[in-house]
Amino acid sequence: MTPLLSVRDIEKRYGARIGCTGVSFDLFPGEVMGIVGESGSGKSTLLSCLAGHMAPDAGQVIFATRDRGPVDTVTMSEPARRMLARTDWAFVHQNPRDGLRMGVSAGGNVGERLMAVGGRHYGTIRETATDWLARVEIAADRIDDRPSQFSGGMQQRLQIARNLVTGPRLVFMDEPTGGLDVSVQARLLDLLRGLVRRLGLSAIVVTHDLAVVRLLADRLMVMKGGRVVETGLTDQVLDDPQHGYTQLLVSSVLQV
Amino acid sequence: MTDAVIRLAGVAKTFTLHNQGSAVIPVMAGAELSVAAGECVGLVGASGAGKSTLMRMIWGNYLAAAGQILVAGVDVARAEPRQILALRRGTLGYVSQFLRVVPRVPTLDVVAEPLFALGMEEEAARARAAGLLARLNIPERLWSLSPTTFSGGEQQRVNIARGFAHDYPALLLDEPTASLDAANRETVLRLIEEAKGRGAAIVGIFHDEPARARVCDRLVDVAAFTPKAA
Repeated sequence: MTPLLSVRDIEKRYGARIGCTGVSFDLFPGEVMGIVGESGSGKSTLLSCLAGHMAPDAGQVIFATRDRGPVDTVTMSEPARRMLARTDWAFVHQNPRDGLRMGVSAGGNVGERLMAVGGRHYGTIRETATDWLARVEIAADRIDDRPSQFSGGMQQRLQIARNLVTGPRLVFMDEPTGGLDVSVQARLLDLLRGLVRRLGLSAIVVTHDLAVVRLLADRLMVMKGGRVVETGLTDQVLDDPQHGYTQLLVSSVLQV
Repeated sequence: MTDAVIRLAGVAKTFTLHNQGSAVIPVMAGAELSVAAGECVGLVGASGAGKSTLMRMIWGNYLAAAGQILVAGVDVARAEPRQILALRRGTLGYVSQFLRVVPRVPTLDVVAEPLFALGMEEEAARARAAGLLARLNIPERLWSLSPTTFSGGEQQRVNIARGFAHDYPALLLDEPTASLDAANRETVLRLIEEAKGRGAAIVGIFHDEPARARVCDRLVDVAAFTPKAA
């Protein structure tokens, strides 16, 4: 099997300070990888480099495109990268306000992404939008409401619908359940798991919440000080951590 | 024996506690185990002797320090995460003592989930799950609720139903009859016998001695794998 994403020696510096360095991994189709670490560990910097939001100072991010095979997204042209971001990739932000257009209706938020990839027929776009709102458990009669009238959990589900409507193959998620009530988190996790399984998505999920990765991620990467200190199967890293930092991280979780 | 489904050779386990002076604790060395299709091997030994540790190394959530752990030809001690995940999807089942699920997911779907993961049509998967829940006496009115609020015994039965949802060729059972009443214990023992009957290779931990005597073909004392003090 060829990897969907091959990351090689990614480095990003902020002046003399290391954002992340020496990060390499392969992500295969259908795999969900979690990236954990405390604030400042470099996990969000890495995600930005992978998703093309930030240019790394060194390294390659090779994505298996549908039409042209493996392409390094770091060196590809800006328009080509933007096209990827609209089609094969999706990015779910921690704060739904960063991923939604707050002044546009829920249906418009979903439909807009369809139009960006060439959807023109109003009836079809609205029908697809309604279908996707249902999949993320937003009632059809809310389609003309603006996201500002939605709860935080609904906004996050709308952001997911907006992202997945174009059938991406790789989803980047930055703390997707952060800032949500615990009960709302559980619902979102269940939704994400179902979508990943049914659509065969690959995903990279950045979070500091070990309970979230245990339930969502197949594999785990632990970062500290911009470097990857441990990788492995999620339950192996959490149940039998090998690195001192991971041991500290796992043993610091409060039991409920 | 070449037809073993599960085969361990020279398996060792150490824990390194980096935050406690980097103490290295050897807990197992030279572990050998071979389980053929249709056979159930019981792990015995005093509490703390390493029964669960050995089982977790076979499941792959504990990393072996040395040796080979072959499950249907895949060396769990060295395999890539995706190879172990594939093994767990289709070949290796595990009934642990803990039920770990996403809150809010209905019990029926918790049990059917291993079948969803194998790509089984959702209605067929739920029908199979319903059959197991009924056999294990989980009242139908509870099937649409999340098992997170169930009693210990009910959660254990949901866990067992989930572990038997797919006909895994290899099964790990950690105290499957613990906290069950006589009728449910009997059902679980029958499920184990049926699994053996269709050729599953089973490794089990049973504190329940009559249960162990009934389903286990052989016992392996893990005390034999305790590292000799230097």
